[in-house]
Amino acid sequence: MIPELGEFTLILAMLLAALQAFFGIVGPALKRERWIAAVTPAVTGQCVMVAASMGCLVASFVANDFSVAYVAENSNSALPLFYRVAAVWGSHSGSLILWIFLLACWSVAAAFGTTRLPKAFASRVLGVLGLISFGFLLYTLATSNPFLRLDPPWPDGESLNPILQDPGLAGHPPILYTGYVGLAVAFAFAGAAMLEGRLDKDWARWTRPWTTAAWAFLTCGIALGSWWAYYTLGWGGFWFWDPVENASFMPWLMATALIHSLAVTEKRGLFKSWTLLLAVLAFSLSLVGTFLVRSGVLVSVHSFAASPTRGTFILAFLIVMIGGALALYAWRAPLLKSEAGFELTARESFLLFNNILLVTACATVFAGTMAPLISSALNLGKLSVGAPYFNPTFLLSMLPLLALLSVGIHARWKRGKLSDRARPIILTLIAAAVIGCAVIFGLFTGGRVLGPVGVALGSWIILSSLIDPIDRLRRHITIPRAVLGMTLAHIGLGIFVISITAVEGFTAEHDVALAVGSTAQMGAYQFQFEGVQPIEGPNYSGVGGTVIVTRNGAPVAIMHPEKRQYWVQHTVTTASAIKMYRTSNVLVALGQDLGNGSWSLRLQVRPLVSFIWLAAFIMATGGMVAISDRRYRLREAEEPAVSPAGALTRGEAG
Amino acid sequence: MSRLRYIIPLGVFALLVAVLAIGIRQSPDKDLIPSPLIGKPAPAFSLPSLTDPGHRVSSAQLLGHWYLFNVWGTWCVSCRMEHEMLLKIKQSRVIPLVGLDWKDDQADALSFLKDAGDPYATIAVDRDGSEAIMWGVYGAPETFLVNPQGVVVYKYIGPITEEAWQQEILPRLPTGQTAATPSSS
Amino acid sequence: MSARAASIFVVVLVTALMLGSTAAYAIAPEQMPTPQLEARYLELIHGFRCMQCQDESLADSPVDLAADMRRQVRDMLLAGKTDQQIRDFMVSRYGYFILFKPPFVAKTAWLWLTPGVLLLVGVIAAFTVIRKRAAIAATDVDDNDLTDA
Repeated sequence: MIPELGEFTLILAMLLAALQAFFGIVGPALKRERWIAAVTPAVTGQCVMVAASMGCLVASFVANDFSVAYVAENSNSALPLFYRVAAVWGSHSGSLILWIFLLACWSVAAAFGTTRLPKAFASRVLGVLGLISFGFLLYTLATSNPFLRLDPPWPDGESLNPILQDPGLAGHPPILYTGYVGLAVAFAFAGAAMLEGRLDKDWARWTRPWTTAAWAFLTCGIALGSWWAYYTLGWGGFWFWDPVENASFMPWLMATALIHSLAVTEKRGLFKSWTLLLAVLAFSLSLVGTFLVRSGVLVSVHSFAASPTRGTFILAFLIVMIGGALALYAWRAPLLKSEAGFELTARESFLLFNNILLVTACATVFAGTMAPLISSALNLGKLSVGAPYFNPTFLLSMLPLLALLSVGIHARWKRGKLSDRARPIILTLIAAAVIGCAVIFGLFTGGRVLGPVGVALGSWIILSSLIDPIDRLRRHITIPRAVLGMTLAHIGLGIFVISITAVEGFTAEHDVALAVGSTAQMGAYQFQFEGVQPIEGPNYSGVGGTVIVTRNGAPVAIMHPEKRQYWVQHTVTTASAIKMYRTSNVLVALGQDLGNGSWSLRLQVRPLVSFIWLAAFIMATGGMVAISDRRYRLREAEEPAVSPAGALTRGEAG
Repeated sequence: MSRLRYIIPLGVFALLVAVLAIGIRQSPDKDLIPSPLIGKPAPAFSLPSLTDPGHRVSSAQLLGHWYLFNVWGTWCVSCRMEHEMLLKIKQSRVIPLVGLDWKDDQADALSFLKDAGDPYATIAVDRDGSEAIMWGVYGAPETFLVNPQGVVVYKYIGPITEEAWQQEILPRLPTGQTAATPSSS
Repeated sequence: MSARAASIFVVVLVTALMLGSTAAYAIAPEQMPTPQLEARYLELIHGFRCMQCQDESLADSPVDLAADMRRQVRDMLLAGKTDQQIRDFMVSRYGYFILFKPPFVAKTAWLWLTPGVLLLVGVIAAFTVIRKRAAIAATDVDDNDLTDA
C-alpha cells in the first residue's frame, strides 16, 4: 500500500511540476493573470506530493518492507534505525528522490521569497524550476523508480555498504544536494531574465542571496564529504580529484565566480552577459555532474549504479535544459551592454581577474575530469588523470588569485584608489612574508617551496582582510553585515590555504610492522602497539587494536583502530583511529595481520588538517552572514520601476 | 565576431554532448584495459610445471606454435565458468592451451583438474604472481593469443565464450590450423 | 586597538600555530634499507593506480595484486633501477592507464597545455576589457553612478 502511494504521489508531483512549468513560462508570455496566479499553488502542491512520496519511501525503510526492491538492495533488518533512514539516499534511486525533494523545497522558498518581485518575473523563475523538476521526476519514474516491488519479497535485505554506515551519510548528501540543487534557483533567475529580455542591477540584487545561500550549503557539503572520506577510508586522504568529487567542486568554483560577478553587476551594471553565463553554467555543471555520476561513463568508486539507458535519458535532459539555456543566451546576451568605465586598479578590475581565474581553474578541473572520456572517445587510448595533474594545473590559476585577493579587497569601485590603503597592504605583505620565512627557517621542511609560499599567501589574506574591519572599529563605524560576511569568508579562505599547505607539506607518514609490545618512532611521537582484541558491533565483528601514543614521553592518546567485517556483505572495512592533539591529527590504521600477533600499521601525523573543514565552515558562515544584510530586505519593499538601463531594445544595443 | 562569440558556449556544449554520447556507447567496455603487449613479443619465461614439478615450462619450447596462454586459478569463480569452453577448445584440436596457474595452491589445482577435466597441454605455475605482472595481468581469467614467432596477437579479458572463440580467436588463426602439441622437455 | 597592533597580534598567533603543530619529517627506515629508497618507494607506489581497485593507488589498495606489484617495485628498486625504468616497466605492461600522472606525449599534450593556454587567453581578454573600460573611465567625470550597495 505505502509503496504504491509513494509512486502515486510521485506521479502527481510530476503532473504538478508540468503545470508549474507551463503556467510559469507561458502565463507571463501570454499575460494570463490567472495562470500566473496558479503557479504558486502548483509549486506548493508539488512539494507536498514529493514530501509525501519521500515519506512513503522512508516508511518502507523503517518498516523493513523488503517487498520493495530498493529497500531490499540497501537495507537490512539488522541495520540500526538511524541508518535505515539514511539508507533512503544511499543509492541511485533514493538519492534522486532526495534531489527532487530538495528542489521542491527550494522552489517553495523561491515562491514565497519572491513575493515582492514583479509577478511576471517571479512566475518565470518558478516556471523554469518546474521544468527542471518535471525532467527529474520523469527520469526517476521512467528509469529509476524506487518503489518497484519484488515478487516474492526477499526475507531480508542486502544491507547498506559498510562504508556508508556512518553519520556522514546522514549529513553529507542532504547538505551537498541542498547546495547543488540550490544553484538551480540562480539558473532559474537567469532563465527568467533571458525569457523576459531584461537584466539589470535589480536582477543582480535579487539573485545574489539565493546564489550565496546555495554556495554556502555547497561549501559545507563538499567539506563534509571530504571530512567523511578522511576518517572513513583509513589512510588520511581527504581529496582525490575523483570525478565525483570534481563534479561537486566545479559548480562550487562557478558559484564563487558568480557571487562575485553579481556584486559587480549589482553595483555598476557591468559584466551582465558574463554574470548571466556564469549563472547558467553553475547549475549546468551540477547537471553534468549528475550525469557523470549516474551514467557509468567514468570510473569512480563513488559512482552510482549506472546503465546506458539512464545515461542516455540524462543526456537528453541535459540537451534540453543546458542547450536551451545556452541557446537563449546566444540570442539574448548580445543585447546586454553597459557603458560604465573603471580603472586598472579598480575593484571591478580585480573582480574581473577573479572571474577569469576561477573559470580557468574550473575549466582545468573539467579538462582533467573529462580527459579519460575524451581520450577514449577519440581513440587516443586509455588515460588516467589523477592528483599529479590536477594539483599543479589547479594551482596555476589559484596562486595568482590568492595573491590578488589581498590587494583587491581594498580597491574602490571605479577608481581603485589603492594609494589610500597602500601602507597597511604593504605592512601585511611583509608580515606574511615573515611568517613564510619563519616556516622555512624554523622547520627545515625538506625543500618544498610551496610550503612557505602557501603559508605566506594564506596569512596575507587573513591579515589583509582584517584591515578594513579593524579600521572601521577604530573609527566607531558599524560594520555592515555584508562586509562582515565577506571578511569572514575571506579569512576562512586564508585559514584553508594555510591548513592545506601544512597538511600537504608537513605530514609525517609511515607504515610499520609491529609486534605486540614494540614501539615505533615517528618524529617526536612514539607509538606503542598493544595488540588486538576481538570486537563486536551491532552488525559487524572484527578486531580492535590498542596503540599508546606519546610525544617526547608525554601521553597523547590511547587509540583503537579497528578492522570490521560486516555480517551481511562480508566486506572488511578499516576504521582508523583519529585523535586530535593540539592542532594536529594523529592517525593510526590497522594494515595486515602478519601473524604471531604482529600487525602492519599505518601511522600519520597531519598538522592542521581539522582546520581545513573548520575553514570551509567559516567560509559558509560568512556567506550566510552576508545574506542577512539589511539591504536585501529593505529594497524589496519598493516595486522597482522598469529602468531604461535594464530594458533591452534594439536602440540600446551597443 | 562580436555577436558570434555568444554562440561559443553553445558550441562547446555541443562538443561535450558528442563526447558524452560516445562515452555512453563505450561505457560497457570502460573497465577493460587494452593491453600494450599486442604486437609485442610475449614475455620470456621458464616456470615449473604444475603436473611435473621437476620439469619446466618455457617460452622457448613454445616457439613455432600458435598457443593460447590462459591465466587462471581455482580461487577464481569466473575461471570455473569458462572451464567447459576450454575443454571444448581442447577437443577441437585447433590450438593448444598453455595454462598459467596464478597464485594458486598446488594441491587445489591438481584436484580441480582431476575432477573437472584438464584442457591444458601444459601448465606453468606462478606461485608469487610475478609472472602475471610481466604479462600485464590484472584479473582472472585472461587469455593471450601468441603466434609461432612468439608475438602476442590478441588478448581476451574475462571467461572465454563461444562467441569470443568464433569471432575473436578463430579468425585470427591461419586457416587449416590444427593443434600441434608443443613438446615439453 | 590600532590596526598595526592587531596585525602584529595575528602574526604572532599564526606563527605560533604553525611552529607548534608540525612534526619534523623523520622516517624510521624499516622497509627499505635507506631513507632515500624509502622515499622513492613511497613516491612510486603512490603514483601507480591499482589495476583491480582502480580508484586507489598501489600504496593504499588492500588487494593481493597490489601487494604483488608493490613487491615488484621494491625488488626493482633494490636491484638499482631508476624511477623512470620502473615506470616504463609498468607502462609497457599495463599502459598509461596505470599512471596517475598522464605523460606528456603527443596524444596527451592537449591536456597539459589546456590550462596554460586558457589562462593566457583569459588574461589577454581581461586586459582587453580593462583597457576599454579604463578609456571610458578617463572621459567620465561623473562619479555618482555608483549604486549605494
